[in-house]
Amino acid sequence: MAWGEFKDTAAERRLFHRRTLVMLGLVVVMFGILAGRFYQLQVIEHETYTTISDRNRVQVRSVPPTRGLIYDRNGTLIAENRPVFSVTLVPERVEDMDATLERLQSLLTVSDENVERFRRRLKEPRRPFQELPLHYDLTEQEIASMAVHRHELPGVEVSAELVRHYPFGELNAHALGYVGRVNREELQRIDPVNYAGTNYIGKSGVEKVYEKVLHGTVGYEHVETNARGRTLRVLERESPVPGENLALHLDMRMQKRAFELLEGHRGAIVAIDSRTGGILALASVPGFDANQFVTGISVDDYQKLRDSRDKPLFNRALRGQYPPGSTIKPMLLMAGLDSGTVTRETSIWDPGYYQINDKGRRYRDWKRGGHGWVDGRRAVAESCDIYFYDLGVEMGVDGMHRYLAGFGFGMDATLDVSGALPGLLPSRDWKQGMRNEPWYTGDSVNMSIGQGFFLATPMQLATATMVVANRGRWVQPRMLKDVEGDTPLEAVLPGETMADLTVDNHDDWEFVVDSMEDVMHGPKGTARRAAEGADYRMAGKTGTAQVFSLAEDEEYDEEEVRERLRDHALFIGFAPVDDPRIVVSVIVENGGSGSGTAAPVARAMFDAWLERPDDESPVISQAGGTQP
Amino acid sequence: MMGRTASAQVSGSLQRPMGFWHRLHLDPLLLLLLMLLAGGGLVVLYSGADASMAAVKSQAIRFGVAFVALFVFAQLDPSVYRRWSPWMYAAGMAGLIAVLLVGVGAKGAQRWLALPGLPRFQPSEIMKLVVPMMAAWYLSRHYLPPRFRHVVLSVGLVLLPMGLIIQQPDLGTALLVGAAGMFVVFFAGLSWKLIAGFIALLGVAAPLMWHFVMRDYQKQRVLTLLDPQSDPLGAGWNIIQSTTAIGSGGWSGKGWLQGTQSHLEFLPESHTDFIVAVLAEEFGFVGLLTLLAVYTLIILRCLYIAVNAQDSFSRLLAGALTMTFVVYIVVNIGMVSGLLPVVGVPLPLVSYGGTSIVTLMSAFGVLMAIHTHRRMITA
Repeated sequence: MAWGEFKDTAAERRLFHRRTLVMLGLVVVMFGILAGRFYQLQVIEHETYTTISDRNRVQVRSVPPTRGLIYDRNGTLIAENRPVFSVTLVPERVEDMDATLERLQSLLTVSDENVERFRRRLKEPRRPFQELPLHYDLTEQEIASMAVHRHELPGVEVSAELVRHYPFGELNAHALGYVGRVNREELQRIDPVNYAGTNYIGKSGVEKVYEKVLHGTVGYEHVETNARGRTLRVLERESPVPGENLALHLDMRMQKRAFELLEGHRGAIVAIDSRTGGILALASVPGFDANQFVTGISVDDYQKLRDSRDKPLFNRALRGQYPPGSTIKPMLLMAGLDSGTVTRETSIWDPGYYQINDKGRRYRDWKRGGHGWVDGRRAVAESCDIYFYDLGVEMGVDGMHRYLAGFGFGMDATLDVSGALPGLLPSRDWKQGMRNEPWYTGDSVNMSIGQGFFLATPMQLATATMVVANRGRWVQPRMLKDVEGDTPLEAVLPGETMADLTVDNHDDWEFVVDSMEDVMHGPKGTARRAAEGADYRMAGKTGTAQVFSLAEDEEYDEEEVRERLRDHALFIGFAPVDDPRIVVSVIVENGGSGSGTAAPVARAMFDAWLERPDDESPVISQAGGTQP
Repeated sequence: MMGRTASAQVSGSLQRPMGFWHRLHLDPLLLLLLMLLAGGGLVVLYSGADASMAAVKSQAIRFGVAFVALFVFAQLDPSVYRRWSPWMYAAGMAGLIAVLLVGVGAKGAQRWLALPGLPRFQPSEIMKLVVPMMAAWYLSRHYLPPRFRHVVLSVGLVLLPMGLIIQQPDLGTALLVGAAGMFVVFFAGLSWKLIAGFIALLGVAAPLMWHFVMRDYQKQRVLTLLDPQSDPLGAGWNIIQSTTAIGSGGWSGKGWLQGTQSHLEFLPESHTDFIVAVLAEEFGFVGLLTLLAVYTLIILRCLYIAVNAQDSFSRLLAGALTMTFVVYIVVNIGMVSGLLPVVGVPLPLVSYGGTSIVTLMSAFGVLMAIHTHRRMITA
């Protein structure tokens, strides 16, 4: 059909007019619906949407408190908060994700593991403009390189967070403990309100015990945010209460000295201020760098630490349970005197061995041929085993148990030290219960020289020594010296629970102390060499803990035993004798003899504490006892 | 006035003198309304683009280009469009096929054609004009109302390019192109029986489309519309945030540049597809009614032009282009206010973005051409 053919134009026009009217009607209806919808949203439901909009805009955000700092007794900062930077991405703002990730990997050392995890999270549903973390803990160099290149990388952000840092690294891991990321188990325990926004929690040591004080109280901010959660304006603020700063009794110079002294060995040193019970040094060697655990240690690094033969993760000072050996002899002498089992004058003949009855097993003395006639004082000074075998058998397990418990054996007598083990103070009931065996006299023989079932930690040995040094007066070992701020010390430090060890004749203490003084200064004292040249008097006791037991009458040559099978060297002591200011316990694993290896270490610790210049030791100057 | 000097150019006797605007082939009333809309749009855009003068400037430049296009399209006699319709249609179809074969694009869609020596363009955008022209050309060759076979053929002419655009995939444009073509068929006098039949067919086809044609992301959009809270941070985010923006605006709004939803970036695409939410948040219900009023005036003027067009081709084309404009408005505002699923259709002449503005202004140019090239010898 061609153009110009006759058409009824008038009819077509009328048809079009009708259709236009229909369309016009449709427009009116549709615009009416739209206007109605807006009327519904803007007028009828206005209140609802205003609320939603405000809730959108105004967020109540928790402001985590800053964790309290920890100082040693001299004001040296030993736990601080350091800003740690991490790289986050806002996927919506990234133009080319693959190129950006590739570029970031060339700029930073982002592990493939992190990239993988990031890509996984990218696929998960999330709120638009939410930041996704890619890489944690940037080095100085990485921060600098991000600062230079960030403008080339839209959507890439660097965010900062305060993270715990221990400036002394491995020196303090066991003494101070450390914080780590809150785990699922802890989440159930903590107050979700106060910990909103807190990522780290004390995992061990002081950080764990004083978590509540160190953490502080969460604060709040009513902030206007955009959809990315970026704060634009703070409308209202309730400031968080930062955690309180703590001062510990710990002395970093003592702590450092302890590590120097045990360099190349495995062992532990506990040094305590005997007047206050303040722990001056708590060293377990080798240590580890707790900073690794704060942000999360890699599996490889953790396995390396865990599988090391030297067991750096093992806190020997608090959890190493060793046979205390001869170091318990002074306490047993006290027990013998007070219980009347022996007197100060009691002497026995030491032929070099001990028999419960004539045909019985011969228990050897460490000295072949014996010590001859020995009294209690000489028995301690020369560490005569036979005297104590006799004392132990005479006194019996029940007596020994009663007195030794009074010295804190078999329990954790510390006030605020986390993770201290109780050791094992054997008793008749214990043996019946655990082994289903009666107590034999032979068990008493072993127990009397700190062998057999008897186990104690270096912390317990130091504590028991402190009881001797203080002549029966108990001060329980503690870490916390002072709380900065309004909180009184008594409010956070647990109360003392140990009763003083009272004896019938107080002079008996002097007899025991004298015997320990003879160990250091006596002509035949086992550790006399370690005390040479000191201008103060000290008291001590050596000990040896067998790693494996020897058969009766069997000789053994130290040289033949591989290093790892050598005896543990032990030493306990305090100084000065008449006005004790420091007690020390030392264990050197496989160190051989207590006198040769452990005693010089303790002597060096005494020197370090007692020969300090006055101005640096306010505690000593306050006490007035300036000269040893 | 210059009316007398211009009269000689037009053949035949004239009923009334021609004015200045007539000689320029522009319709002053429509032009004024469009300028008003564009100007108001820039004010809202400034706020929606987070007080960015740069966005306003580049949008103003687009309007400049678009008004040039309007002017150029207005100069051509409708008969030129009619004659060239089949060729333009053929070229457009070739372009659509080329896009599917060698097109370039982003985000999983191929929409652009980069021919050497030409700027990048979207053939589908051009089809918004060409498809109604083609349908009008075909139907106006025959007696109106059209016979059944003519209806079938013209519907085929519309569905073919629509199908190609869906393949890109670009649902929004396909919808607009299809609507433009179908409005021609409707204006031509499609019988009400057939219309009822169509609706019935759609009812049957919808479930089939759901299962066999629609892609997952499209289904997701429909589901989200029904229950935005099912995925409040994902797909439902846009709808929740835009209804919140609108609702919190109230009667008179929060004030220009004071919209918290858009300025705090809760509202996505605040200067493009979702700009009406910015308007509603900052200027309230009053602002929205004003916008609808301006749109209504434009539509009324366009329908007036259509009714007064001289031949069937012009009438059908003018009617269809006007109603396409209506579809833009209804789909966009319906989507932003949560009445319709999210489809990428901009708010005409307000949303930020180049292509749709140029296409729309070209369509208004065609309308002005229809109006100002009338020969004044009608019965």
